Amino acid sequence: MSSANLIEVRGLSKVFVSGLLNRHEVRVLDDVSFDIRRGETLGLVGESGCGKSTLGRSLLRLIEPTSGSITFDGTDITRLGRGELRRMRHRMQMIFQDPESSLNPRMKIGDSVSEPLRLGLCGKMGRKEILERVYELMEVVGLNPEHYGRYPYQLSGGQNQRVVLARILAINPEFIVADEPTASLDVSVQAQILRLMMDLKSAYGLTMLFISHDLEVVRHMSDRIAVMKCGRIEQVYRNEASSSSAPSLHLG
Amino acid sequence: MKIFLLRRALVLLPVMLLVSLFSFALIHMAPGDPAEILLTSPAGGADRAAVEDFRTKMGFDQPLPVQYLRWLGRAIQGDLGYSYMTGQPVCSAILASFESTLRLSLLSMVLSLLASIPLGIWSAMRPGSFPDHIGRWLALLGVSVPNFWLAYLLILMFAIHLKWFPVAGYGNGGDLMHMVLPAIALGAASASVTIRLMRSSMLDVLQQDYIIAARAKGLGGWQVALGHAMKNALIPVATISGLNFGYMLNGSVVVETIFAWPGIGGLVVSSIYQRDYPMIQGVTLFVALLFLSINLLVDLFYAVLNPGIRYERE
Amino acid sequence: MRENNSRRQMLLGFMILSAIALVAFFAGMIAPHEPNQTNLGERLSPPSWQYPFGNDNLGRCILSRIIFAARISLYIGVVVVSLSLLIGVALGSIAGYFGGLLDELIMRFVDAFLAFPSMFLALAVIGLMGPGLSNLILALVVVEWTGYARMVRGEVISLKGKEFLEAARSLGAKDSYILVRHVLPNVLAPVLVMSALGIGFTILAASGLSFLGLGVQPGIPEWGSMLDDGRLYLRVAPHLMIFPGLAITITVLAFNLLGEGLRDELNPRLGSSIHEDAA
Repeated sequence: MSSANLIEVRGLSKVFVSGLLNRHEVRVLDDVSFDIRRGETLGLVGESGCGKSTLGRSLLRLIEPTSGSITFDGTDITRLGRGELRRMRHRMQMIFQDPESSLNPRMKIGDSVSEPLRLGLCGKMGRKEILERVYELMEVVGLNPEHYGRYPYQLSGGQNQRVVLARILAINPEFIVADEPTASLDVSVQAQILRLMMDLKSAYGLTMLFISHDLEVVRHMSDRIAVMKCGRIEQVYRNEASSSSAPSLHLG
Repeated sequence: MKIFLLRRALVLLPVMLLVSLFSFALIHMAPGDPAEILLTSPAGGADRAAVEDFRTKMGFDQPLPVQYLRWLGRAIQGDLGYSYMTGQPVCSAILASFESTLRLSLLSMVLSLLASIPLGIWSAMRPGSFPDHIGRWLALLGVSVPNFWLAYLLILMFAIHLKWFPVAGYGNGGDLMHMVLPAIALGAASASVTIRLMRSSMLDVLQQDYIIAARAKGLGGWQVALGHAMKNALIPVATISGLNFGYMLNGSVVVETIFAWPGIGGLVVSSIYQRDYPMIQGVTLFVALLFLSINLLVDLFYAVLNPGIRYERE
Repeated sequence: MRENNSRRQMLLGFMILSAIALVAFFAGMIAPHEPNQTNLGERLSPPSWQYPFGNDNLGRCILSRIIFAARISLYIGVVVVSLSLLIGVALGSIAGYFGGLLDELIMRFVDAFLAFPSMFLALAVIGLMGPGLSNLILALVVVEWTGYARMVRGEVISLKGKEFLEAARSLGAKDSYILVRHVLPNVLAPVLVMSALGIGFTILAASGLSFLGLGVQPGIPEWGSMLDDGRLYLRVAPHLMIFPGLAITITVLAFNLLGEGLRDELNPRLGSSIHEDAA
């Protein structure tokens, strides 16, 4: 019954309007259509400012698209009401470029990771059960137990991105939009995080939209690659050097 | 810039509407019936028939929205009614007392700037030095001392002991000698704010390239500070002074009462003692419009000086 | 050096305030006399061993009255700021978080309140409601809540672009949850600073209104009304005015020290720690 495509985007547009008196319109997304298959990683490349991030956020309706439809697992999420959308949100997650600002600076790492569990996204869990699960997840992403009580500013960028990943695993989504997840990290750390993401992706059977301006990284991560320019998708092609055939990443 | 002006004016409209509604509400939320209060003399109650008659004459029997519109229409023409106490038109009483307040505030502003700018510059030239510490503590004290206490300390010292100035009063049409003590009491708080602002804006300016270049040309520290840096450092001080001018209205309430200065602050206090609601209403409306105008002017001044600033919706 | 200064300042303010709070709390044990005990034989007496701050126009012990008055001033300061915070934080965060028409509505309302110079607004409220402790508190809340609303709104708007809020949203959390758990904890620091300064301002304004006879009513010892009692005897008995004024100044100064120290302490830390330590 479920189709091969997890995500189907049709005619998606986003126009930003600014100014009350001197209306100013900017068309950031212009009639974008594409599919993402189940279990696939679609890479999205393009220069900065071409609308990649807006597209990523629109897919999760973190930004309201102006027109077009987004079908997630057979449901058009652009037509969902607030309550319905809220109940679907946990099935799709986003990884942001700056790991630090994607964590609440006033929340301990452990609390950030356990938040989805405490909100009951994985069913009712006892305190002890949650704690055990958090430590387990932290270990999966390569964090030490002593990080539990730290605050984001006390951790490095790479460690914070691991926290973000642990938190997302706690949510257990089907689809992830990764928006330049390594762009703000040191090159050596980049490689570690990318490797971790690939491991997690295959272990948890995730579908992913991987956004980057770095073609090298996208080639490494993706099954197919979409090229974006000025708010439009120029072309989508099969990645010949997909991850299975590229065992190592030349990132210094 | 034009757009900024337009938007600023657009925002002001609903605010002024609310302000007028609030002022209007003052008299109708007051305990008791306005007509009755108006006709009740200290000697005894009012005559029933006279109250009814007066109520009709003043339009107090009309529905509130009608009363509001009428009142607003009159207020726009400068007719704010008559004082319950003196029978004087509220508007002319306000304008007369505002003139006294304005004189006092101006002197207060001058004194406050004369004291704070040099101290601010001095503090900035030698951060951490003795004058800097003095400036810091004076500024802290200035915002912590109640102005009514300061007023009495000044009277005690300079009027009673040293007899340099009169204790209180308006003197001969508000002469300078009668103005000095209230002006100091009124200006202390704004001087404190200005000291700190002058210091920090001076420090900012002194960090900038053209100042460093001037230094490199071999000009001395004070020469650069007074010749080049001060002018630019004064811009934020000018802005805050505009705002301080508005805040002095707050201080005038107590200071004018103490020094028996016939200004708008003293007027509102005596109106409250006498339950003179038309006067309270008029003064409240007047100071609000004054305050709004001052803020608008300060914003314009700031916009003219900083054309680069974008006025997006914050 | 600067950091040291602000820390010292904060500590000094905190110590003075602790002392004042202790004195206020144990007023009954510390005060040498009954604050309302009149003693006409000691009318306007200057400071002595028995009455360290002298006696007022009814022969009451000024020191004891000052000690008891600390209670009412701290009470007014804390109650007014708490109520203003409650209203201001609620409306400010709603305006900032949801934006749009709601924001416009709330903020024009705030602007209208801010259009009145604070003292005049407070006087208008008291003129309407009459003097007395609860009306004084009401008047000051009417004046002060707008400041908190405006500040909190600004802080919330500056947070709005932060990705951790999007992350919370993508958990499917309700707006109320996000506001309380993610937005408000992050505006706590500036709110704390403003509250400390706000209590100082409140005490100053409350004593000013009481001085005018429009605040706390006679009978309750209050610094402002003590000054009011003393104004007629300035020439013959200046101690009636000197000591209560000193009490107000020291208390307000302590709150200002605490508030400004906190501000200097919190600002650079919030800014730097996020960028420096993480590198």
